[in-house]
Amino acid sequence: MTGDDNSAPVIRVRGLSKHFGPVVAVDSLDLDVHPREVYGFLGPNGSGKSTTLRMLCGLLHPTSGEIEVLGMRLPKEAEGLKRRLGYMTQNFSLYRDLSVAENLGFLAAVHGLSRERTRQRIEELLDRYWLTELRHQLAGTLSGGQKQRLALAGAVLHEPDLLLLDEPTSAVDPQSRREFWESLFELTDAGTTILVSTHYMDEAERCTRLAILDRGHLVADDSPQRLMEALPGRPLLVECDRPRQAQQVLENQPGVIALAQIGASLRMLVEDEGLEKPLSERLRAAGIEARLVPDTANLEDVFVAATRQPRQTAGEAP
Amino acid sequence: MKLRRMLAIVLKELRQLRRDRLTFAMIVGIPVMQLVLFGYAINLDVRHLNAAVMDQADTARSRELVAQLEATQVIDLSYRVATPQEVDDLMGRGKINVAVVLPVDFETRLERGDRPALQLVVDGSDQVVQASARQLARFPVPDAEGWTEQVAPIEVVNFYNPERRAPVNTVPGLIGVILTMTMVLFTAIALVRERENGNLEMLIATPVSPWELTLGKVLPFVGIGLIQVTVVLVLGRWLFAVPVRGSLLELYLAALVFILASLSLGIFLSTLARSQFQAMQMAFFTFLPQILLSGFMFPFAGMPKVAQWLAELLPLTHFLRLVRGIMLRDAALLELWPALAALGVFTLVMLSVAVARTRKSLD
Repeated sequence: MTGDDNSAPVIRVRGLSKHFGPVVAVDSLDLDVHPREVYGFLGPNGSGKSTTLRMLCGLLHPTSGEIEVLGMRLPKEAEGLKRRLGYMTQNFSLYRDLSVAENLGFLAAVHGLSRERTRQRIEELLDRYWLTELRHQLAGTLSGGQKQRLALAGAVLHEPDLLLLDEPTSAVDPQSRREFWESLFELTDAGTTILVSTHYMDEAERCTRLAILDRGHLVADDSPQRLMEALPGRPLLVECDRPRQAQQVLENQPGVIALAQIGASLRMLVEDEGLEKPLSERLRAAGIEARLVPDTANLEDVFVAATRQPRQTAGEAP
Repeated sequence: MKLRRMLAIVLKELRQLRRDRLTFAMIVGIPVMQLVLFGYAINLDVRHLNAAVMDQADTARSRELVAQLEATQVIDLSYRVATPQEVDDLMGRGKINVAVVLPVDFETRLERGDRPALQLVVDGSDQVVQASARQLARFPVPDAEGWTEQVAPIEVVNFYNPERRAPVNTVPGLIGVILTMTMVLFTAIALVRERENGNLEMLIATPVSPWELTLGKVLPFVGIGLIQVTVVLVLGRWLFAVPVRGSLLELYLAALVFILASLSLGIFLSTLARSQFQAMQMAFFTFLPQILLSGFMFPFAGMPKVAQWLAELLPLTHFLRLVRGIMLRDAALLELWPALAALGVFTLVMLSVAVARTRKSLD
């Protein structure tokens, strides 16, 4: 927590837990999301991203903890919140057997927009998300990127103050993803706060603030830049002609956090400085001549380092 | 093809089946249910038909004959009446299927043997009742040995369906059966589809309430149901000259009440089913007893008591009473109020259970 932002948070979560029977999906989570932030949830599958998002929009009731969204307490004031909240589900959840315009019309009616406003809003959104040509096409026949643009249009139709996006780009090509993120920044410019879950590093890097979740725990929470600067380990590039064998040798060596082959070279994350020498000696002993070059930290390093640390027993027991 | 691979698949299927308790229950449940239901319900040897007796002769011999007819157990003499109007009224309300009428000149007729001495007035809107009445008419009347072959001592008079045409019996019941099939199945599937396709997750985050959603999805089916009623009525009239003897408006009102009952059953099933396929399975599971026990296939009076109790729980049983009463016997809707009330209670119970279950399943 930096505490330098004195505006009231849009989302304020304290000690949030969710249990499904014996499974603890989310464990005593604390979160503050401030206005106009694009706040990212980064985590592997099953880390509790979707569960947290669902609790934040009132879909799921928490087992314990406090949630305040847009000044409203959840789950008590969930109904009032729904008018000011947009939620885009992980899987396409509009009606496949309705056309683009029919889907938007349906949502407008659900949100109680006036007839005049509905017409105006639909034209506006069709235009902004390049759907005008497709307005009479059935939603089920759209491409992945088109479906996603329609889903975003549906989620912002009623001009919500807060937009929750659950892995919005999982079925979308890179070009569409880039366009999609531009649309998100357009929305924050207009005053919307966005909470987005993802498991893409390039997307996580675009967020103004990032929370890394691992098995229901919050393991990192800061801006991507500061997270990279504060990386506990050091990335090294292992340059050699037999990267696969080098990887086998280096695996399970003390101090090695992670290894990944990148093209013809091997990228390695180690705990601290001074490990280059023993590691290159270990390689030489295995008959591999290698040069270990320090590399700049990226978000994947942060992610790998954060999610491998043993559980620290912070926070009260559920 | 490898035997091991195939066996692995068999094992996997068995494991899945063991975990899918519904399918498992139905694999066992349907044959058991069919066996039990058919075993009891296909009983053309009908007994205990409700009957009234109108003994205008009231002599020793007439009383003896009535006692002998009752001893066959085919009829139960629940009512003793004095006038033909009372017979009309009881049959119109569905209280009796048969009336035994002995004329004032019963003794004279017996002795002369030129005219039937006894009339069996039969509710012709039920085929099986007709058949058993014809059987009863072959009962040997004592002291009538000298009867000529042309004139039987017992005459059967068919009320409501003098020509004994099958469509007249089936078409009203068919309205109920068709509504049962479509209303229950369609609502259950339509509601589950929303959940299965993920639409529900999106909708929950909007201001739509569960009841708005349910009612909004169910209401179109009320219209569809009324259209189905119209189609059956028009075709019945046109192809088989099936009459609507009572009020058309009351017939539609009765259908509307039944449609609501069936929709509420569909809504209830949708709270149990996790997929559209399961919803379909459950809907079929409820059709079977409705079609077999409601009186559509076999006369209600001929079923054993346990089956009758079960049948009283089914909406189709009550609707058949309404629709046959109004269409064939010119009964007024209010005369048939117990059936109407039963449908109302069924609807309320189903909806309350569905509400209770929806609240629970929020989490």
